[in-house]
Amino acid sequence: MDVTILLQQFINALSLGSLYGLIAIGYTMVYGILRLINFAHGDIMMMGCFFAFYGIFMFSLSWWASFVIAIVLTAVLGIMIDRGAYRPVRNAPRISALITAIGVSFLLENVGLVVFGGRPKGFPRPEFLGTIHELWGVRFLGLLIWTPLVTLLLLAFILFVVYRTRVGRAMRCISFDMETTRLMGVDVNRIVAITFAIGSAVAAAGGILWAMKYPQINPLMGIIPGLKAFVAAVLGGIGNVTGAMAGGLLLGFAEIFLVAINPDLAGYRDAIAFAILILILLFRPSGLMGEKLPE
Amino acid sequence: MDPHHKRNQLLSLAGMCAIVLFLLYAQTYGTSYDVRILNNCALFIILAVSYNLINGVTGQFSLEPNAFVAIGAYTSALLTLTPMEKEISFIIEPIIWPLSVIHIPFIFSLIAEGVVTAIFGFIMGFPVFRVRGDYLAIVTLGFGEVVRVVANNAQTVTNGPLGLKGLAPYTNLWWSWGFAIFTVFMISRLVKSSYGRALKAVKYDESAAEAVGINTFWHKMLAFTCSAFFEGVGGGLLAHLITTISPTLFTFFLTFNLLIMIVMGGLGSITGSIIAAVFVTWGSEVLRFVEEPMHLGFIDIPPVPGMRMVIFSLILIFLMIFARNGIMGTREFTWNGVIDWIQKYVKPAGKGT
Repeated sequence: MDVTILLQQFINALSLGSLYGLIAIGYTMVYGILRLINFAHGDIMMMGCFFAFYGIFMFSLSWWASFVIAIVLTAVLGIMIDRGAYRPVRNAPRISALITAIGVSFLLENVGLVVFGGRPKGFPRPEFLGTIHELWGVRFLGLLIWTPLVTLLLLAFILFVVYRTRVGRAMRCISFDMETTRLMGVDVNRIVAITFAIGSAVAAAGGILWAMKYPQINPLMGIIPGLKAFVAAVLGGIGNVTGAMAGGLLLGFAEIFLVAINPDLAGYRDAIAFAILILILLFRPSGLMGEKLPE
Repeated sequence: MDPHHKRNQLLSLAGMCAIVLFLLYAQTYGTSYDVRILNNCALFIILAVSYNLINGVTGQFSLEPNAFVAIGAYTSALLTLTPMEKEISFIIEPIIWPLSVIHIPFIFSLIAEGVVTAIFGFIMGFPVFRVRGDYLAIVTLGFGEVVRVVANNAQTVTNGPLGLKGLAPYTNLWWSWGFAIFTVFMISRLVKSSYGRALKAVKYDESAAEAVGINTFWHKMLAFTCSAFFEGVGGGLLAHLITTISPTLFTFFLTFNLLIMIVMGGLGSITGSIIAAVFVTWGSEVLRFVEEPMHLGFIDIPPVPGMRMVIFSLILIFLMIFARNGIMGTREFTWNGVIDWIQKYVKPAGKGT
C-alpha cells in the first residue's frame, strides 16, 4: 500500500471512528449509571437526523439553526424516553429494563417508518463541508476533517461535565452506588434525566455528521451504527467516556484497514465489529480501559 | 405419583384427537388463507416454545433465534432442492461441490437441519456462556447479525442476497402441527425432568445452583443446544412453507416477534408461549385493518403501513411496565389444575349451598 492510499484510509478511519465514538459515549454514560443497555440509542440518533432534515426542508431554517434545534429536540426526546419507559422499570429486574429498551427501539423505528416513510431521503451538506480538499495527493471532503474536530470538542465538553461539575460528580456517585447517593440527598432521577439528555444530544450530533457523510437518512439507519457503537463502548470498557471514544476509533480503524488490506472482506464489514466483540468478551471482558466487568 | 395419571393421559389423548379433528376440518373447509394462518401459528409455537426454553426456563436472556432459524432454513433448503434447481438458482457463482449434488427427502432434511443447527448452537455456546446478563444478550445478537451477514456474502453456499427460490411447499398442516406438538411434548418433558429442575435453579440463583452441585455451564449448554435443534427444524419448516428464503427474512425483526410472544405468555411458561404465539400470529392478522384506509364520518384516514409494529412495540413496553408476568407467569396448564378449577366453580352451584 503506498503512502497516499494509507493517508487516505487514515482520514476515512479517523472520521468513521470518531462517529462510532460519539455514539458510544451515550451508551457508556447511560450504562455507567443505570447498568442498562439503551438499545434505543441508535434510533435516538436516527430521530436527531430526521429533526435536522425537517428543520431544513419543512421550516426552511438555515443549517446551523436546524442542527442546534435538532440536538435540543433529541435531548428532550431522550429525557421523555427515560421518563416514560425506563423510569417505571428502574427497580424491576435488569432483564425487564433490557426488554423495555428493545421495545423502545422498535417503537422509534416503526414510528419513523409510519411518520417519515421508509424511502431514504437525501441529507443536505453545508457548502464548506461538501468541498473536496487536496493535500499531498490525498483528496477528502471537508466533512472528514471537521468530524474529528467536532468530536474532540464534544468529548472535551463531556469530560468537563463528568469530571469538573457537581452534576458530573453526582453521575459518578450514582454509578458507584445509587442507593447511597440517594441517601446523600442527590435527586437521582434528575441526574439520570440529564445523563439521557447529554447522551442523546451527543448521539444527535454524531447522527447529523453520519447523515452528512452518507448523505441519506431512513428510519432504520440507526440500527447498525447503534450496535457498532455499543461494541465500541464495550471495547473501551463500558462506563468510561474516554474509553468509549478510544474504542470507537479502534473499531473505525479496524474496519477500514481490514477491508483496505483485503478487499474481499468488504461484504463482511458489518460482521467485523461483532467478531471483535466476541473476542474482547472472551479474552478481556473488562474492555481496554475499563476496570472490572459488572455482573 | 399423581393418582389421576391415567385420567390425565386420557384427557391428553382426547385433546390430541380434538386438534386432529380441527385440523382435518380446517384442511377440508378452510380457505388457503386460514390454512396459512394455522401453519404460521404452529411454526411460531415451535419457535416460541424453544426460545422460551433458553430465555424463560433457564433465564439466560439471549437474542439469537433469527440465527438458528436462518441456519435451519438454509440447511433444509440446500438439502431438498434438486441439483438441477440449484444450478438454475446460483446464477452469479456456482454452488460449491458437496452441496451441489446432495438431494435428500424432506423428512431426513428436517432431522439434518435440526442436527446442524444444534451443532452450531453447541459451538456458539462456548464463547456465549462465558458472559452473563446484558452481555449475553448483545453477544447473541451479534451472532445473529454475523449469520445474516454471512448469508448475504457467502455466494457459493447461500446464493447471497438473491436467496433460494422455488422450494417445494412440503410444509402442510400435518407437518407443522405434528412437529409443534412434538416440540411442546419434548420440551415439557425436559422441563419436568431433573434437568429441567436444574435449569430452573440456574434461572433463580446461579451461584446457589452451583453450590448444590449443578454444573451451570453444561446445563445452559443443554438448554441452548436443545433450543437450537427445535429452532433449526422450525426454520426448515418455515422455508418449505414460504418456499423462498433470503437473508432479509432472518433479521432481528424475527427475534423481536418471538420476544413479544414469550414475554406476553410469561417468561418460563410453555403454556404461556403457546397461547401468546397463537394470539400474536392471529392478532397481527386481525390488526391488518389499522393499516388500511379508513373512513370515519367526515375524516378519511390514508393507509399507514407499519402501524401494526408500532402497536406491538407499545404492547411490549406496556407489558414490561404494567404486567411483567405476562399471561401465565411461570404457571403451566395441567389437567389437574383445570379440573380443580371446574370443581371450584361448578360444584358449589350444583349443590345449591
